[in-house]
Amino acid sequence: MDHFFLSLIALSCLGAGLALLLEVADSYLGFYGECEIDINGGEKELTVQGGRTLLSTLMEQGIFIPSACGGRGSCGYCKVKVTQGGGPLLPTETPYLEPEEVKDNVRLSCQIKVRGDIEIEIPPELFLIKEFRSRVESLRDLTHEMKELRLRLIEPDTIIFKPGQYIQFQVPEYEQCPESVYRAYSIASPSREPNGISLIVTRVPGGLATTYIHEILKERDEVTFNGPYGDFYLRDSTREIFLVATGSGLAPIMSILYQIANDGISRRTTLIFGARHKKDLFYLEEMEALKQKIPDLEVILTLSRPEEEGRWEGERGRVTNVLEKIIKDGANKEAYLCGNPAMVESCVELLTKKGIPGELIFYDKFG
Amino acid sequence: MELGLSAFIVFFAAIFTNNILLTNFLGMCSFLAISREVKASLGLGLAVIFVMTCTSALNYLVYHYLLVPLGLEHFRFIVFIIVIAAFVQLVEMVIERSSPVLYVVLGIFLPLITVNCAILGVALFMIIRNYTFLQSVAYGAGGGIGWTLAIVAMGGIRQKLKGANIPKPLEGPGITLIIAGLMALAFIGFTGMIQIQ
Repeated sequence: MDHFFLSLIALSCLGAGLALLLEVADSYLGFYGECEIDINGGEKELTVQGGRTLLSTLMEQGIFIPSACGGRGSCGYCKVKVTQGGGPLLPTETPYLEPEEVKDNVRLSCQIKVRGDIEIEIPPELFLIKEFRSRVESLRDLTHEMKELRLRLIEPDTIIFKPGQYIQFQVPEYEQCPESVYRAYSIASPSREPNGISLIVTRVPGGLATTYIHEILKERDEVTFNGPYGDFYLRDSTREIFLVATGSGLAPIMSILYQIANDGISRRTTLIFGARHKKDLFYLEEMEALKQKIPDLEVILTLSRPEEEGRWEGERGRVTNVLEKIIKDGANKEAYLCGNPAMVESCVELLTKKGIPGELIFYDKFG
Repeated sequence: MELGLSAFIVFFAAIFTNNILLTNFLGMCSFLAISREVKASLGLGLAVIFVMTCTSALNYLVYHYLLVPLGLEHFRFIVFIIVIAAFVQLVEMVIERSSPVLYVVLGIFLPLITVNCAILGVALFMIIRNYTFLQSVAYGAGGGIGWTLAIVAMGGIRQKLKGANIPKPLEGPGITLIIAGLMALAFIGFTGMIQIQ
């Protein structure tokens, strides 16, 4: 019996001794103390507890670096220029960095840890990216498979964004969605209405976010999103504007059109909106209202399968057929495309062939 | 002097004639998984050398000064494993702090050193063969260096093989196992030279 207790005590002591050793080691090796993060040469200084990734540390401090994968190192979006204190380049970063970026000290913020004082440079517009709490103001059907979701901001109560940008909508946990996920949606409302945003959500069978928005979300529910993100916005120039959208790709294009109307931009503008059937078209009244406000706006609607609908007096065929017909040459023109990747790619190919330089074709692909 | 000399022999024997990887076939999983490039295999090898040397010393002390006096030899497996696990955890903390690059390169294989059978093998061999403290440490260090030698050699060969035209069914683990077999054949050729037990 003594031997039994003896063995228990001996093993427990050994275990306790090793645990103590590791605990002591952790308090020395795993502790980085308070670290200073200097952003854009003193524009903002943060004092944080070291030891976590730069991405999550910044997020905790209310600075949202775009990240689609949530810090797993698989999307390569969370690039940040680290001028001081980033440590050596890690093998998990190199697949996502171009040689010039490496030379320029660009790093993946989800891979590097804050281990000491660190100096970083981020585009100032990232300071505008915030997490917003909002309430569902309205949820209405645009077509049989599309809903317009209008959100009124609670905290913060205004959003500053460039028309054409998108937000990341947080889908909370629900039955078919075991953990909270983020999905990107472009803002369809004008930037002149900073107290709320509208999103267009197409139902995708089995989609985590679309099922949630189409079936579970009700008016007055509270939802969270962060943003704005993206470099799809109207460039300042005098060139003629071609806006091309299919499906829910109309969302950022509408926001850009409101901007053209509200700011009194007098550039020749053509909107080409493509859908399959007549019942897939939406925002037609809004387009009529915009035509009143923008004298130089021409709206072209085109259906790829109009015959099933009966009477249709608009264009027939895909958006590329319309572009082919109306664009004679590429001089002094720029194009903004938004919709499914196949449409965007074929339009880019056509427009380049017409002579519009690649750097004047802007697009946002909706997967 | 006698003792020092035999520790020296044990050290060399563990590297060449009784290479733990190529004659006892212990520690194969990380040998196959991390041997794609010399750099990563060398990093893992160094970690194994360090862990093996230190744990053989620690395990020797724990076994002879704790387990044997208390008559608890039958606990040796669990005790050895706990000691190795704690030590690997410590090494992981040190590497994460001192070399983030090596930490990322080794990835999951660093914690997997915990269950690297070569390390437990060294601890058990030293008990079976009745080594002294000095011999045990020499055997641990030699075993680690021998393991590293084998994995780095394999890393070098596989790096060379990248451009080689290997029959499709043999690509990857297939050809690696065949190479391991040939390397083992060469190392087993040394076995008669020194007897260490």
